[in-house]
Amino acid sequence: MQPAWVTRLLLLPATLWMLVMLVLPLLVVLVFSFGERGAAGGYVPAFTFAQYLNLPARFTAFQNTLMLAPVGTVVCLLVAYPLAYFLAVKVDPRYRTLLLVLIIVPFWTSILIRTYAWIYILGGQGIPKLLEFAGIEGVRLINTRFAVLTGIVYGYLPLMVFPIYVSLEKLDKRLLEAAADLGSSPLAVFRNITLPLSIPGVATGCMLVFILLMGEFLIPALLGGGKVFFVGNALVDLFLQSRNWAFGSAVAATLVIVMLVTVGLYMRLMRRRGVNREDVSLF
Amino acid sequence: MRLYAAAVYLFLYIPIGIIVLFSFNAGRHASDFQGFSVEWYGKVLGNPFAMEALTTSVIVAGLTAVFASVFGTMAALALQNVRGRVRILYDGAIYIAIMIPGIVIGIATLIALVTLFGHLNSLLEAVWPGGPGVAPRLNLGYGSLVAAHTLFTMALVIVIVRARISGMDRALVEASADLYATPWGTFRQVTLPQIFPAVLAGFLLSFTFSFDDFIIAFFVAGSQTTLPVYVFSSIRRGVTPEINAIGTMVLGVSLTLLVIAQFLLRRRREPAPAPE
Repeated sequence: MQPAWVTRLLLLPATLWMLVMLVLPLLVVLVFSFGERGAAGGYVPAFTFAQYLNLPARFTAFQNTLMLAPVGTVVCLLVAYPLAYFLAVKVDPRYRTLLLVLIIVPFWTSILIRTYAWIYILGGQGIPKLLEFAGIEGVRLINTRFAVLTGIVYGYLPLMVFPIYVSLEKLDKRLLEAAADLGSSPLAVFRNITLPLSIPGVATGCMLVFILLMGEFLIPALLGGGKVFFVGNALVDLFLQSRNWAFGSAVAATLVIVMLVTVGLYMRLMRRRGVNREDVSLF
Repeated sequence: MRLYAAAVYLFLYIPIGIIVLFSFNAGRHASDFQGFSVEWYGKVLGNPFAMEALTTSVIVAGLTAVFASVFGTMAALALQNVRGRVRILYDGAIYIAIMIPGIVIGIATLIALVTLFGHLNSLLEAVWPGGPGVAPRLNLGYGSLVAAHTLFTMALVIVIVRARISGMDRALVEASADLYATPWGTFRQVTLPQIFPAVLAGFLLSFTFSFDDFIIAFFVAGSQTTLPVYVFSSIRRGVTPEINAIGTMVLGVSLTLLVIAQFLLRRRREPAPAPE
């Protein structure tokens, strides 16, 4: 056991860091969101709800985000579930670790470079050009919702596969055998045993992907070509171009509140199902 | 099932493959591969802007990794003795630091530091001998980049190292104390060797995260340009094979570090394939 002063000393740098780089900045955003815009941009102290009342000015960004984020999450789930199932139940254990590493590794490499690759693939010189050789002309892929959705699934797939894999891997395989021995069809086994027991993983994956999608900027910026505008793009515009800090802070605060509500709902759902804490392992 | 899995892996890796392939393209376009060439790599190495951005990124990532792994490990060691409300507070902060989107951290850090620096700068001008003009000015740059990157990565190191500590055999620490080792001696000879792979993995992940981060750097880099920020503005000006060459090098660096990190985290932990 360490003496108390050692514990405090060890915690000191981390505590300072959290206070100055996390708590203080988030408080500043909250305070600024009730302020007013300065004449030359920036912020003038005030206490007004004007910024929040002005939120409908960025309605399209919120609408796009609140539509594409759930759609992206669901598509990710549909692609990820069979893969997670394969990795947890079907695959030869000898190759399992390697295959898992191959899933995580892209997630940790530059999302910028990986999204950029899709500009290449979906752009005029990529798939549309190949389709031209096949006789199909005039296909436009880049700068569409489809392109943004592709980028989203590509970018966030690993984040969905992992929690589902973890919950499926913990599943007692004997249950599956028992159900089959008792005459259940494979479909019934899946519906009555596998699926219900993997719900915590599904919920965790969906929450992670949804939260990160809410703040997404790069994918719509690069693959949406300014046509598919997310809250993240509105934020970059407000802070780096028009320097409207007060309104930008209100948008950012709203975003964080929507995310906190999502996490809150998730926690309640999990507690009701009697799950304490799902291990999320992406490291 | 197998076919499906193979298709997903192809989906994950073909785009990366395309970047690598076309970085060696003698021609300019994605649709026609005109032969093998390292011309674009030469162009990148001879481009002073790209090289400066690379230097900035390496310095920032190196400092971030050092701070994150040292402070994160210290905190993880301390937190094993913290219980109750304080523990919940720290766990909450760690969780928020990991989960909060980079864009929110970027924005919040930008306006907080610009405001803070504004006040500090006028204070410095008032008290500095020699008056305004001579007084040093605080600005966004290396400091803010390292500070913002360290927040997320430190939280990550805490989680990784803590998982390792909880898997450690406490009896060894007690045995060491019973055999009259000093607390420092126990730490150096028993605890440190056991947690070291996790610390090193945390260091590598922190470096990779900082090196690859675009969105936070976009807001807090000030007059500095990191490599991802440089690549982003290049893409805005048009897609060129030069970006492929930079991308291949960036992917190469991250992939190497990641594979080492994964190896360190998974060693001696088989058959459990999913560490936290």
